[in-house]
Amino acid sequence: MLLLFKNTVGRKIVMAVTGLLMFGFIIGHLLGNTTIFTGPDGINAYAEKLRNLGPLIWIMRVIMLVMVSLHVFFGVQITLEDNAAKPGSYAMKRNLRSTFASRSMIWTGLLIAGYLIYHLLQFTFHVINPEISSMKNFDSLGRHDVFSMLVHGFQSVLVSSVYIAAMIAVALHLAHGIQSLFQTLGLNNDSSLPAIEKAGLITAVILFLGYVSIPAAILAGIVK
Amino acid sequence: MDLILFVWRQKGPDEKGLLEQFAAKDISPEMSFLEMLDTVNEGLIKAAKEPIAFDHDCREGICGMCSQVINGVPHGPQEKTTVCQLHMRNFKDGDSIYIEPWRARAFPVIKDLIVDRSALDRIIQAGGYISVHTGGVPDANAVLISKDNADTAMDASECIGCGACVAACPNGSAMLFTAAKVTHLAMLPQGQIEAARRVCIMTEAMMKEGFGNCSNHYECQAACPKGIRVQFIAKLNREFIKAQIKDSGKRNQ
Repeated sequence: MLLLFKNTVGRKIVMAVTGLLMFGFIIGHLLGNTTIFTGPDGINAYAEKLRNLGPLIWIMRVIMLVMVSLHVFFGVQITLEDNAAKPGSYAMKRNLRSTFASRSMIWTGLLIAGYLIYHLLQFTFHVINPEISSMKNFDSLGRHDVFSMLVHGFQSVLVSSVYIAAMIAVALHLAHGIQSLFQTLGLNNDSSLPAIEKAGLITAVILFLGYVSIPAAILAGIVK
Repeated sequence: MDLILFVWRQKGPDEKGLLEQFAAKDISPEMSFLEMLDTVNEGLIKAAKEPIAFDHDCREGICGMCSQVINGVPHGPQEKTTVCQLHMRNFKDGDSIYIEPWRARAFPVIKDLIVDRSALDRIIQAGGYISVHTGGVPDANAVLISKDNADTAMDASECIGCGACVAACPNGSAMLFTAAKVTHLAMLPQGQIEAARRVCIMTEAMMKEGFGNCSNHYECQAACPKGIRVQFIAKLNREFIKAQIKDSGKRNQ
């Protein structure tokens, strides 16, 4: 077990497994959020259900916190080692196979981590923009008004722009990350590798469009 | 054809290096890249200047000594070809060519284009062997091995240890090299006995030598003159996972 956190392949597997769970969360989170398109009743009822899960939701949150922490810690540690292993660059270097996404993993990753903190402070802990907090505002059925919180939040062009920028980082991170985790866990072969690469890219684009559709719809006045 | 060369010159391991410009005149397109450098060196020697130091041995594409990054690609622009098998017909008259040594912390420059690649030998010494007594040549087919496994082992064993994978890797990782050896031995019954131990020891040895971690850029596969595939890295990963499961199973007994 110790090798899992020390060995170069072990840490890579930790990155893949924690990444996979966060990828699962990203899909679930988007599916849940799309209830906003069914109006206040949809997303407020969804939020109520999540709240009623009680301890389960907290177990989930603790698991995600551990996943994020491990992923960020090893991501930074591995990158520092890699930079040390490659001192001095070529006067001329042509990249034949790596992508912008694969070479910018640390930066998109850190951007996402930074945005995650902001996102939680805004919509979970209500530290940023407390006036729109769903903790204080309730809908006609007495449920926390998540719908209004999101609509008011994303009506700000700045809030939406930051969100969309963060989603670009997420999409880039996933474009490399999804296919990478299959390779790391050894779940591919010569013939499936290109197909998995393509599928990962398409999945990243779909998730990006899905997430961006929310602020886009609010800014366009479709959801109000 | 006439060419302009920008060659990395470095007097010794701890010296500062820089790119120096040379004119390569009257180069025949039929020359190999190394013959072109020989011609340039003859000129330098005649002019009583220090010739360009570069590594070479077999000059038939199998020894893995010719370690040069040519115009940003290890072993130059032609796919699956070592520098010695690269011919000047791949270049055009008047071209500028950048020639640099492998760059990685684990490969210190000895002089000019020559780097010390013995870190790769130490990875092999750590676990790239099987512990059996060698006797006479075994009878053909005395040990049955499926065609698929034999083919995969053969493909993996094609690695010549040139280090192009390390030179191409943005992380300076030797994972493709290590994976080729791990796969080669793990595919065969003689290598399976020590497979679990081998994958751990060899990856640990790789990190101890100062190579980086693999993050699946796949630059190594594109640069490899022998067509070693990143699929072998996936195989190494599977071997590592198997080793961990085996290990925890043993501890529970």
